[in-house]
Amino acid sequence: MTEEKKREKILDIKNLDITFKTTAGDVHAIRGINIDLFQGETVAIVGESGSGKSVTMRAAMGILAKNAVVNSGEIIYRYRDNVGGIDYNPDDDANATWKEADILKQDKKWIRKHINGRRIAMVFQDPMTSLDPTMTIGKQIMEGMIWHYHIDKQDAYNRAVNLLKEVGIEDAEKRMKQYPHQLSGGMRQRVVIAIALSCNPDLLICDEPTTALDVNIQAKILELIKKVQKERDIAVIYITHDLGVVAKVADYVNVMYAGKIVEVGNINEIFYDPKHPYTWGLLSAMPDLGTDDDRLYTIPGSPPNLLHEKEGDAFAPRNAYALEIDDKLEPPMFQITETHSAATWLLDPRAPKVEMPAELKNRIERMKKEAKENGSEL
Amino acid sequence: MAANYNEAPLLEVEGLKQYFPISSTYTVKAVDDVSFKVYPGETYGLVGESGSGKSTIGRSIIRLYDPTEGKISFAGMDISGKMSKSTKDKLRMQMQMIFQDPMASLNPRKKIKDIIGEALDVNKLYNTREERDRRVEAILQKVGLAKEHADRYPHQFSGGQRQRVGIARALILNPKLVIADECISALDVSIQAQVVNLMKDIQEETGAAYLFIAHDLSMVKYISDRIGVLHLGHLLETGTTDEIFSNPIHPYTKSLLSAIPIPNPELEKNRIALNYDYKTSGLDYTKGTEHLVSGTHYVKCTDEEFARFMAGEQ
Repeated sequence: MTEEKKREKILDIKNLDITFKTTAGDVHAIRGINIDLFQGETVAIVGESGSGKSVTMRAAMGILAKNAVVNSGEIIYRYRDNVGGIDYNPDDDANATWKEADILKQDKKWIRKHINGRRIAMVFQDPMTSLDPTMTIGKQIMEGMIWHYHIDKQDAYNRAVNLLKEVGIEDAEKRMKQYPHQLSGGMRQRVVIAIALSCNPDLLICDEPTTALDVNIQAKILELIKKVQKERDIAVIYITHDLGVVAKVADYVNVMYAGKIVEVGNINEIFYDPKHPYTWGLLSAMPDLGTDDDRLYTIPGSPPNLLHEKEGDAFAPRNAYALEIDDKLEPPMFQITETHSAATWLLDPRAPKVEMPAELKNRIERMKKEAKENGSEL
Repeated sequence: MAANYNEAPLLEVEGLKQYFPISSTYTVKAVDDVSFKVYPGETYGLVGESGSGKSTIGRSIIRLYDPTEGKISFAGMDISGKMSKSTKDKLRMQMQMIFQDPMASLNPRKKIKDIIGEALDVNKLYNTREERDRRVEAILQKVGLAKEHADRYPHQFSGGQRQRVGIARALILNPKLVIADECISALDVSIQAQVVNLMKDIQEETGAAYLFIAHDLSMVKYISDRIGVLHLGHLLETGTTDEIFSNPIHPYTKSLLSAIPIPNPELEKNRIALNYDYKTSGLDYTKGTEHLVSGTHYVKCTDEEFARFMAGEQ
């Protein structure tokens, strides 16, 4: 991103490992993951349902379910402080110092007071269920500001109106008095984003923000999130299973499978030079508008049941390129470039040389060509 | 594809109107004068945003609603007005529906074999218990599930497997037409591909026609032979998949196509989706009539609008 500015790390998830105790047994949902996030940048976490993407983000917000046990790991949240407590006043940046806190070690009360909604805000999937149907839009936007910053009602009202304008809602004053059911799906999601932005967070977590929306509204919401991110210089984490969304918004991509990150890289590395067979599968399964094929590629089988832990690589049963060692030993992360690494034995120097499937290779070549024709330097 | 355009259309919808009176002064015109045909063995994709009336059309055709006006004929029968008992029985056997959310559309307290076998029970299509089980097993196999799955309950399945059960239930009577109402939008992308491929395989085998209702144009492209684009209850543009994708005429179709995310970051990052707003577009759908673009490609608009679209203006 911006070269002249120092990249400030604001979230550092280290070796996180979480188990859920259920009546059916222990579910090992997160198996040692690492994620870094820098100020003003966008990280996408991609994976199928049940891969642990949402659990990871819930851990980062300190809102894990009661039956979750954190076996190991740290979630270091770094923040600027120039007021005391955990507050930051952007007008007085010179006096701000960076501090850090491990979210997993803080108690619920501290997290609710300092983190949830205030420093880290979340946009959920379905705006109809994340808004309160009995409260006016205005009240819901003002609620957080009044609770966190103790500002008076009039002040909060003015800020809320400005927020609604910022997220592209016309007739903001009129909308303030309306209830969620009076708005369309896209409008509701805009309101949810306004609520998330109301306390000036430095990190916005979007959990499948557009899955419940139509494609044309999806594009508008993604463009909106990009716009506010740029204006406010905040970091955004996207949780999604849609690689089309990822291509539009992300700087870095983490591909998750069965509670592990199997490949991480910057956006171009993941889309133009993927290394993990699972990433190959995900990319191949995307409908391709450029060809006349009438069959879609699919990843055979379904995601594993984490109740029963498997020896070796969790992806091996669905992996056409699995080696013998995959059934015995879990692959470590192999570093490919400074930012790109993948957990597959195929990258081991002793492994046989395996290329990605020819169809995908052709498709990537075509994508690169199209990108170049449109003036990108790849 | 096994679509057969020489035969008489399997489903013919003509001037379908579906109004819902809200009060004495206000009526929601969910579907307003829609006409299209579905031929045996083909897949017709109906696309549009939420509220465009695509699900309403599906429900009117299968007669979950009573159409306000218009004529629907299916396999030679008129199914739009009051139906005789024999017509109704035939309709219920030959037309089936797959719903959006497999968790909500499968009875959580019934075993899979009873969910799928219910249609057999209702229509008394077996003589012995074994015959029923055999038919259920055969259909389970066809949709890629094992016979051990027959004794399980819906909650024991993953999302993709549940939708396979929904498909099996729709297919057990060998219907001529299956209405798939957003049947993949609740699934992960990789699972969507599995379900779409499965539906195609089954179509090739059984020759059933599909009315595929969806808002995701990229998947519709894979499965459909022909596409109809709906907006605010009006069928704006219809043609073969190729005609719609390579030469969209109506500005609404163009905006829908431009909103499809492309999995190519260098292109996608700076692309802005086309904006389309009916209120400010100056178009009037109610005045539109069908205009032929080429082949089977039709656009609904006024003469003057048609000239503008063809000249490449918005």
